[in-house]
Amino acid sequence: MMENYKQIIATLEHVAKSPNEQVKAFKARTGNKVVGCFPVYTPEEIVYAAGMLPCGLWGGQTSINEAKAYIPAFTCSIMQSCLEYGLNGTYDEISAVIIPSMCDTLKCIGQNFKIGVPHIKHIQFTHPQMRQIEAGVTFLRAEYIRIKAAIEEIAGREITEADLENAIKVYNAHRAEMRRFVSLAADHTDVITPVIRHAVIKSGYFMEKDKHTALVSALNYALTAMPKSCEETKRVLITGIMVEPNSLLNLFADNNVSIVADDLAQETRQFRNDVPMEGGDALYRMAKWWGEFEGCSLAYDPDKKRIDMILADVVKYQADGVVICMMKFCDPEEYDYPLLKKVLEEKRIPTLYIEIDQQSDLNEQARTRIQGFAEMMNN
Amino acid sequence: MNDENKTSKSTLDYLVTKHYKDAIKAKLAGKPVGWLTSIFPQELVETLGLDYVYPENHCCVLGARKESDKFIQIAENIGYSIDVCAYARSNLGYAEVGKADSLTIPMPDFICCCNNICNQVIKWYENLAKNLNIPMIMIDVTYSDEYEINQARIEYIKGQFDYAIGQLEKIAGKKFDYEKFSEIMHISNENSKQWQKAVSLLSHRPSPLNGFDLFNYMALIVCNRGKEHSKEVFSLLEEELKTLITEGKSTFPVEEEGRIMWDGIAVWPYLGFSVKDLIKKGINLTASGYPDAFAILYEDDDLDGMARSYAAIGNSRNIEWQIDMRSKLISNGNCDGAIYHMNRSCKVWDLMQYNIAKGASELTGKPYMIFDGDQADSRCFSTAQYEIRTQGLAEVMETRKERGAK
Repeated sequence: MMENYKQIIATLEHVAKSPNEQVKAFKARTGNKVVGCFPVYTPEEIVYAAGMLPCGLWGGQTSINEAKAYIPAFTCSIMQSCLEYGLNGTYDEISAVIIPSMCDTLKCIGQNFKIGVPHIKHIQFTHPQMRQIEAGVTFLRAEYIRIKAAIEEIAGREITEADLENAIKVYNAHRAEMRRFVSLAADHTDVITPVIRHAVIKSGYFMEKDKHTALVSALNYALTAMPKSCEETKRVLITGIMVEPNSLLNLFADNNVSIVADDLAQETRQFRNDVPMEGGDALYRMAKWWGEFEGCSLAYDPDKKRIDMILADVVKYQADGVVICMMKFCDPEEYDYPLLKKVLEEKRIPTLYIEIDQQSDLNEQARTRIQGFAEMMNN
Repeated sequence: MNDENKTSKSTLDYLVTKHYKDAIKAKLAGKPVGWLTSIFPQELVETLGLDYVYPENHCCVLGARKESDKFIQIAENIGYSIDVCAYARSNLGYAEVGKADSLTIPMPDFICCCNNICNQVIKWYENLAKNLNIPMIMIDVTYSDEYEINQARIEYIKGQFDYAIGQLEKIAGKKFDYEKFSEIMHISNENSKQWQKAVSLLSHRPSPLNGFDLFNYMALIVCNRGKEHSKEVFSLLEEELKTLITEGKSTFPVEEEGRIMWDGIAVWPYLGFSVKDLIKKGINLTASGYPDAFAILYEDDDLDGMARSYAAIGNSRNIEWQIDMRSKLISNGNCDGAIYHMNRSCKVWDLMQYNIAKGASELTGKPYMIFDGDQADSRCFSTAQYEIRTQGLAEVMETRKERGAK
C-alpha cells in the first residue's frame, strides 16, 4: 500500500511536469486531437464528449519575447506566458484553443491569439455575469452550442446528447474525488506537501479525467488508511488564481507551513460544485453549473460571498492564517484584495500577501516574507 | 439664461452645472440618487424619474482640476493596486470621503453598472455596493468574438432589462411606465443623432473646431443623453460649426497643418499640455472613437435595437470590427495620421492596441504613434515622451504630404 501511493504521487508529479509528453502520448494512443482550454472556466466536458483531450493552459515559466509585439508589459503574468507559448510553437500539438473572455485581459489575449497563432483554431466565448437569472443560463447554453459546433468540426464527428451526459458524469465524479482529496490532504500534510498537493490537482489538466479520477481515488484510499498527521506545523489557506513555481511552494514546507485549504482558481474553485444531473439538457445544465457557482473574483459577486467562503474555510480547516497569492497584473483579484484584507484584519486572522509572477523565478523577498509570516503565526 | 447670448458652450456649462446641482438637491430632499457607468442604459433609470450622476465624468473633472491624485492616494492606502483603473481608484477614494474641492457629488443610494465599456467596472461597482451596502443593478454585455452582435446576446440583454426594471421599481417606489419609456427612448435617440451630426462636421477641411473641445461637450452626451434639453446644445453646436465653415474659420487657433484620429480617453491631468503641444505643431483632432461611442442609436420603441446598440460598443467587439472602426474614423475624418493613447488604466483598450493600430494603418496607409499615459493618474504620463512622439508623427505626416501621399 505504502509503495503504491508513492508510485501514484510520482506518476501525478511527472504528469504535472510534462504536459507536452502527455499530449503526444494521448494523440499516439487514441489518434484523436487535443484542445487547449484557457483559464479560468472552460466547458471541458464538450471536448471530452468528442473523444478529444482537453488540456489546461495555465501558462508557465518562460521568458517573454514574441508576445511583446502584441501586448504591453502590464499584461497578467499567465496570459503573457500563454500567448508566448502560442507564438513560439510550444502549443503546436494542440488543434484548437477555447478562450473564455472572463476579464478584459482574456478578451484581448483571445483576439491576439487569433491574429498571432492562426494555425491553431481559435474558439472564444463569454460567460454571462448575470448568471443567476434565466436569461443568463439560456445565453450561456447558446454560447456552448457555438463551442460544440466548432469542436464537432475539429473532431470530425457529431457530439450526441449521450456523449455529453457521459462527460458530465465523468467530470462530476472527478470533482467529487478532488474534493475528497483536498479534504484528506488537510489531514495528511506530512504526506501531501504543498508541492505534491499542487501536482495532484494540476496533473488533472493533462490527463483524461476518468484516468485521473482513478489515480486520485486510489491515492485517497491510501490516505484514508493512514493515521492523520501529527506534525507541528502552521496551517494556512491560500487564495488567488494559482501558486507556482514549485520553488515557491517549497518555501511553505521549508518554514513548517502546511497548505490545508485553497481558494485558487486553478484548484478548488474548479471542483467546488457539480453540474446538476437533472433539469434540462446537458448543455443547459452545464450552464446552470456557472449559474450556481460562487466565490471567485471573476464571477459577479456584489455581496462578496467569496470573503465569507474564505472565512468559513478558515474555520473548517482550522487554518492559522491566510496567504493571498496575487497574480501579477490580475485586476479582478486586485479589486477583491482591499475588502478581503479588511475583513481578515478585523477577524485578526494573520495574513500574508505575496505576488505571483510566472516570468520570474523565486525571489528572495518571498522567502523572507514567508519566513516572517511563519514566525508571526508562532507568536 | 439670456436667450440672445446663448451659445453651445454657455448652455453646456449651464446644463452640466445644473446636472450636478439637481443631484445634490435630490439627495438633500431625501430622494434616492444613483451612480451610473458611462454607457449604462440610462433610459431605464430616466423613465422612473430617478436622479443620477456619472462617476466617470466626475473623475474627468477631478483629473482636469488636479484633484485625482489625492483620492487615488486614499484608495491606494486602503489596498488598491496601482494596476487597477485610475478612475476606479479615484472614485473609490472619493467614496471614502464623500466630498471634493473641485466638485462634490452626492453619495449613491443605488448603483447601475454596464460592462459594455470594460469588465473592471463590475469589480469597481461591486466594491461600492458592498462597502456602502446599497443595491447594484447590473446590465452585463458579453464580449463578442463575432463581427456582428448575435441574437442570443440581444435576448440576454433584454432579459436583464426586465430584471433591472424590477430592481429599479423598488428603488423608485413606483411602477415602470412604458409610455414614458417610449418617450425617453425617442429623446435619447434624438440627442444621439444631433450629437453625431455636430461631430461629423469635424471632417470638413479645415475643421471648424479644435477637436479636443469635443471632450468638453461629451459631458452632456454622457450625463444627459435622456434629457430633452441636451438637443439644444448639440443643435447650437452644429449651427456654430456650420457658420464657421461658411466663414472659413475655426476655433483651432493656428493653421491646420495636420489632422489626426485620437484613440482613447484624454489624459485629463495633462489635458492642457497635450492639446497645446499639438496646437504648437499645427495638428488638430478631427476624429475620435471616444466621443462617437456615446451616440447610442436605435429606432423608437425597438427594444431589440436598444439592446443591440448597447451591446455594440467598440470595447465589446472583436478585433476585426475594431480595426475597421478606426479605419473608417481615419478616412471619414480626412486624417493624416493617428495618435493612440496607451492608457494605463484601460486594459481592454491597451491589450489589443498594437494590433489595432497596425491593422488600421495597413488599411488606411496612414502613420500612427502610440504614447504612454493615463486618464487620471498623473504619474503615468511623460511630457518628454509625448512631445518627442508627436514630433515624430508630425514629421512623418509632413514628409508624406510633401511626397503627395493621399
